Amino acid sequence: MPVRTFIEAIREGLRDEMRRDERVIVLGEDVGRKGGVFYATDGLWAEFGDGRVLDTPLTESMIAGVSIGAAANGLLPVAEIQFADFIFPAMNQVISEAARIRYRSNGTYGCPITIRAPYGAGVHGALYHSQSVEAFFAHVPGLKVVIPSTPYDAKGLLRTAIRDPDPVIFLEHKKMYRSVRGEVPDGEYTVPFGRAAIPRTGSRLTVVAYGLMLHYALEAAARVAEDGIEAEVIDLRTIRPLDEETILASVRRTGKCLVVHEDNRFGGFGAEVAALVAEEAFDYLDGPVTRLAGPDSPASPNALPLEEAFMLSPAKIAAAIRTLTAY
Amino acid sequence: VTTAGFPGAQDPVARSGLSSERLVELYRLIALARALDERAWILNRAGRTHFVISGQGHEGAEAGVTAALTPGRDWLLPYYRSMTGVMAMGMTPREVFLLQFGKADDPGSGGRQMPSHYGHAGRRVFTSSSPVGTQILHGAGIALAAKLRGIPEVALVAMGEGSANQGDVHEALNFAGIHRLPMILFVENNGYAISVPAERETAVPDIAQRAAGYAMPGVIVDGGDVVGCYLAARDAVTRALAGEGPTLIEAKVTRLTGHSSDDQQTKYRSAEELAEQRAQDPLPRFRDELRAAGVLDEASEAQIATEIAAAVADATDFAEAAADPDPSTLLRHVYAEPGDPVPGPPPAATSHDVGGRPA
Repeated sequence: MPVRTFIEAIREGLRDEMRRDERVIVLGEDVGRKGGVFYATDGLWAEFGDGRVLDTPLTESMIAGVSIGAAANGLLPVAEIQFADFIFPAMNQVISEAARIRYRSNGTYGCPITIRAPYGAGVHGALYHSQSVEAFFAHVPGLKVVIPSTPYDAKGLLRTAIRDPDPVIFLEHKKMYRSVRGEVPDGEYTVPFGRAAIPRTGSRLTVVAYGLMLHYALEAAARVAEDGIEAEVIDLRTIRPLDEETILASVRRTGKCLVVHEDNRFGGFGAEVAALVAEEAFDYLDGPVTRLAGPDSPASPNALPLEEAFMLSPAKIAAAIRTLTAY
Repeated sequence: VTTAGFPGAQDPVARSGLSSERLVELYRLIALARALDERAWILNRAGRTHFVISGQGHEGAEAGVTAALTPGRDWLLPYYRSMTGVMAMGMTPREVFLLQFGKADDPGSGGRQMPSHYGHAGRRVFTSSSPVGTQILHGAGIALAAKLRGIPEVALVAMGEGSANQGDVHEALNFAGIHRLPMILFVENNGYAISVPAERETAVPDIAQRAAGYAMPGVIVDGGDVVGCYLAARDAVTRALAGEGPTLIEAKVTRLTGHSSDDQQTKYRSAEELAEQRAQDPLPRFRDELRAAGVLDEASEAQIATEIAAAVADATDFAEAAADPDPSTLLRHVYAEPGDPVPGPPPAATSHDVGGRPA
């Protein structure tokens, strides 16, 4: 099976969907001739031209709002927000409009748009090129929030997102673009929303993660395994819809749950998982549901010592696993 | 920026190129919208509905501009003062009042939206929200899809001059100008954003001046001149369909009521100003124009008044008696449901009675 980087899988997913369905268009800042600042859309303009790949002005609200209108009139827009940090000018269009067009029209209009955005720190992006934004969107009924961690899932979930009848926020950790590789089949396949994966099984505790933190969690689990601690690692893949059953079934077996995310801890998505476990698996717990998350600074600062202090790491996750296991 | 010519005493049939019958239809639509709107206030003050936000004073401009659209082909992206426009696209008085009363059969939202937050998929009236100005980006997107798909359609976006100051409006006009989209921005300038007067809203007297910044024509029309509004929109539709791009039409209108049923405009507008505004009411002005031209006579006017009274009574009784939404439907349509249509081109518009004729 061919091996692809994370970003190659995304590019192939876009290309294959554009070949499959002429209603799919791509729009965003620099997505055309340049192929995107990370080159996620490289080659699409050359293959599909101006009518399918649109370089937009630096106007994020327009990117979201025009996608909504184009979707209402028969297209399937895939919008790129250049960095997740820049999505806030589009928040009104995403939350007040895209998320509730179906609801407010009683199902008579839909909003089949996909908004891709690179997120995450660890690449010297500082305060405005490294934020994690998933909690803002996961809170909103009407949106779906996808955060793949493998090239296989990135391609399969992106296909599902583009074909989905509702608005999807598709978050790609930028540090994974070229550092993560994996097998990706050439042919048609999709990965469904709302089904977590269990890339590592174990009996002592459950680690719930997604995106880059999934990889760090797997690395941490490998380290603690040397000391005989067998951690089960769950990759959520989509945080809304959330695969509650897989989380609960795992915690009921292991009795302990550690949730890991790079986003800020306060009000972060880990709180939702923790509340779910506390409400639905309380009788099975023999330790506190624990969150390991980004410190509550406004994103990752620029200077390297500050960035390293901000970022989670396999070592930090391994330490949290050991602490919880010993409880 | 151009300013549409003053009508003077020119015959409206000759000036517009519209038939006498069509002009009478427009008069009927304006009078119907006024009567429905007045009924909505009475229902609110009687405690039978929660809220009114009104288009009184805007009806002439909305009727004139939307008369240039082809219902079933073109799109209207309305705002909360667009009762006249949505009826021009084919919505009926009953449908307007099902929304007013928040009933299950409200075709735009099933009782989920505030009154006057219009939408109707079958009539190509796009669903609207309360944060103002957002709809222009949807209009640009609809127009972009029409252009990319090679389908001759026009998206008409209606909003007030208050909304025109939103950032989304700049972003949309910029984009529409770049791609020469078949879109019309129709700004209904009534001089107030709730209580804030025009001079505190913009540094320029006319919103239409801004069109130059987007390489599109800006046209100022007298919003009480129904035929003038029609002619401006007809030219804009012609340009749009010819691939010549968007147009900004600004109609100077009057707001005859408070901003909404929760506003008291005497707090910020003088009695003299309100009296002066009342004199600019488009309804008697258009009626007098048609009378003078011999298009409207006493008999047909009386006949129309009778039909409208019946339509308003019918819409009120029908909507008030209609079923409320079932609480069990609260969580319906948050996401697509099994059996919902898959993403794709919207269904063809259904047949309809253009002009919002009384039921």
